[in-house]
Amino acid sequence: MSNISIKDDEVDIVIGALEPDLTYFLEEWRPVFSRFHLIIVKDPDLKGELKIPEGFNLNIYTKSDIDRVVGSSPISFSGYSCRYFGYLMSRKKYIISIDDDCIPARDSKGGLIDAVAQHITNLTTPATPFFFNTLYDPYCEGADFVRGYPFSLRTGVDCGLSSGLWLNLADYDAPTQALKPENRNSRYVDAVLTVPAGTMMPLSGINIGFNSELVGPALVPAFRLAKEGKFRWETVEDIWSGMCVKVVCDHLKLGVKSGKPYVWRKERGSAIESLKKEWEGVKLMEEVIPFFQSIRFSEEAKTAEDCVAEIASLVKEQLGPLNPMFARAADTTVEWIKLWKRVRAQ
Amino acid sequence: MSTPATLVNPPLKDELDIVIPTIRNLDFLEMWRPFFQPYHLIIVQDGDPTKTIHVPEGFDYELYNRNDINRILGPKASCISFKDSACRCFGFLVSKKKYIFTIDDDCFVAKDPSGKEINALAQHIHNLLAPSTPLFFNTLYDPYRDGADFVRGYPFSMREGVPTAVSHGLWLNIPDYDAPTQLVKPRERNTRYVDAVMTIPKGTLFPMCGMNLGFNRELIGPAMYFGLMGDGQPIGRYDDMWAGWCTKVITDHLGLGIKTGLPYIWHSKASNPFVNLKKEYKGIYWQEEIIPFFQSVVLSKDCTTVQKCYIELSKLVKEKLGPIDPYFTKLAEAMVTWIEAWDEINSPASESTAPAAVDGKKK
Repeated sequence: MSNISIKDDEVDIVIGALEPDLTYFLEEWRPVFSRFHLIIVKDPDLKGELKIPEGFNLNIYTKSDIDRVVGSSPISFSGYSCRYFGYLMSRKKYIISIDDDCIPARDSKGGLIDAVAQHITNLTTPATPFFFNTLYDPYCEGADFVRGYPFSLRTGVDCGLSSGLWLNLADYDAPTQALKPENRNSRYVDAVLTVPAGTMMPLSGINIGFNSELVGPALVPAFRLAKEGKFRWETVEDIWSGMCVKVVCDHLKLGVKSGKPYVWRKERGSAIESLKKEWEGVKLMEEVIPFFQSIRFSEEAKTAEDCVAEIASLVKEQLGPLNPMFARAADTTVEWIKLWKRVRAQ
Repeated sequence: MSTPATLVNPPLKDELDIVIPTIRNLDFLEMWRPFFQPYHLIIVQDGDPTKTIHVPEGFDYELYNRNDINRILGPKASCISFKDSACRCFGFLVSKKKYIFTIDDDCFVAKDPSGKEINALAQHIHNLLAPSTPLFFNTLYDPYRDGADFVRGYPFSMREGVPTAVSHGLWLNIPDYDAPTQLVKPRERNTRYVDAVMTIPKGTLFPMCGMNLGFNRELIGPAMYFGLMGDGQPIGRYDDMWAGWCTKVITDHLGLGIKTGLPYIWHSKASNPFVNLKKEYKGIYWQEEIIPFFQSVVLSKDCTTVQKCYIELSKLVKEKLGPIDPYFTKLAEAMVTWIEAWDEINSPASESTAPAAVDGKKK
């Protein structure tokens, strides 16, 4: 892992601040974050000043910045979606994003796991989406392609996104966590693997890295639950944008990796309380699965932007009639692409 | 999975056969005794049938050598490979059990990171009895495992899973590399214990290794044909690969699942890479055409049984791969012979009369 030279000035770490006091969070991550540039985006609904310790190289964006750049737009950057503003403003090739209730995990020897370094490694080594390697990541130390793996597929493809995992509080939905309140993830699975092409997955936004040049526009803050809240149990924004990213990567022949790095996710909120809220959006998500599974892009769709534009019109056409939330998602996506282009042109 | 099977109440004791191909000896069974002894073994003796393979005391087994295979299958015996571990599928054919676990004779008991010995058989059973989830990838791997679950965003409608047809285990120490990789990395050992079981997603192919494998014979048995390899054949070391590609296509079509990951065994013997290279040589080239073939196979809707799927697959093999080399035409015909043999041996009429291992030994 340390053979990959981490190009520090090619990385932005984007943090969405849903709580005002980031002191503990940033102090815990200081050994890992201090060499990088940080973009901190304050949830526009959050009242009060952000508390940030000294010694970091960072830019802070607040509601006034969002209003200034975005103007009037159907796109909401409230709650967890505030981080998308950070993605928008970043000019770096690699973006790492971690929820503000996560701290570094420790390995079996008690050493700090450098989640950023692992994401960078995942993003800068090839992915292998077209054939499953039973020894998982063939490019890591001590592993390789197994017997029977076609040689022509061993060069792999670029990795567009790296999805990490969580020790302690895993990313379960509210019903699952409410049913098993004591359930804590203590299983460290020492693997990174490429999620095969054509396979859908739930892409949690809690701990991710991505190549913004390749897939940036595909992380779309388009789908919001009616009663979207400030706990992960009350959102599906990342699940929706994750499905967009996956179909885009599949089409552009890019890879999506899942597995290491782990972060340590702390307790916040109550699953049962979240369960009491209305789940209209969660039910709706069931309906979008067949839609995403059957998306076919045109041959002209050669970039993430092209693909996302096509997703927007397909959503409008096929899902819009089912529920106004989808029509809104489609419109929001169209606005997002315009915004992305406009900001990039400046 | 932490509780090993005990001798008092081992799971699936009367529903599972352990199939072991061997040409050398069965000394490795001593180490497995605590885990294997309650189960029935089917030994398939490859190579010289006049040689006597000693089975350690205390095991309940039947042993078949080449003479038995020829006698039991008659002219159909041509589909069973000689001088290649592919002959193991004869054991699958004659078994009367619902589940099969097959293991190579150079595979020993591994230890997990805590130092505890791994009961590979118990883990395979656990994998086979729990559902698979091929339709949507769960980022926390096997959701039915203790301490895990489906993650947020996993469709609720898919959480029941599908029946598991195959459990593919892995190997510590000598990894299952092909000859070129072995030549380049002769010293590489697999020391990474990845504590996960996962379902291989629908529509994705994988290299299935036969040295540590469990499957549900009732669900997928007829697809587990290990092809024409070894003596008189232009190719070797692709037997399990072939079975794996056929099996994956069929399980995808029938809505069944294949798992990979735990359990680990300790693979002790690195075969000679130069010998391997000669065996694999044609496979390395042919593979480049075989893979796109399997990736694009579509089985028709009236293929509702494994046998029907397999016969249709054999026709496609003849049509699409036949032009590459006459071997594939022979292989396609052998695939048909295999199904004929399977149906004959496993038809309800023949169930009462077990094919007796006369030349070998039935105990």
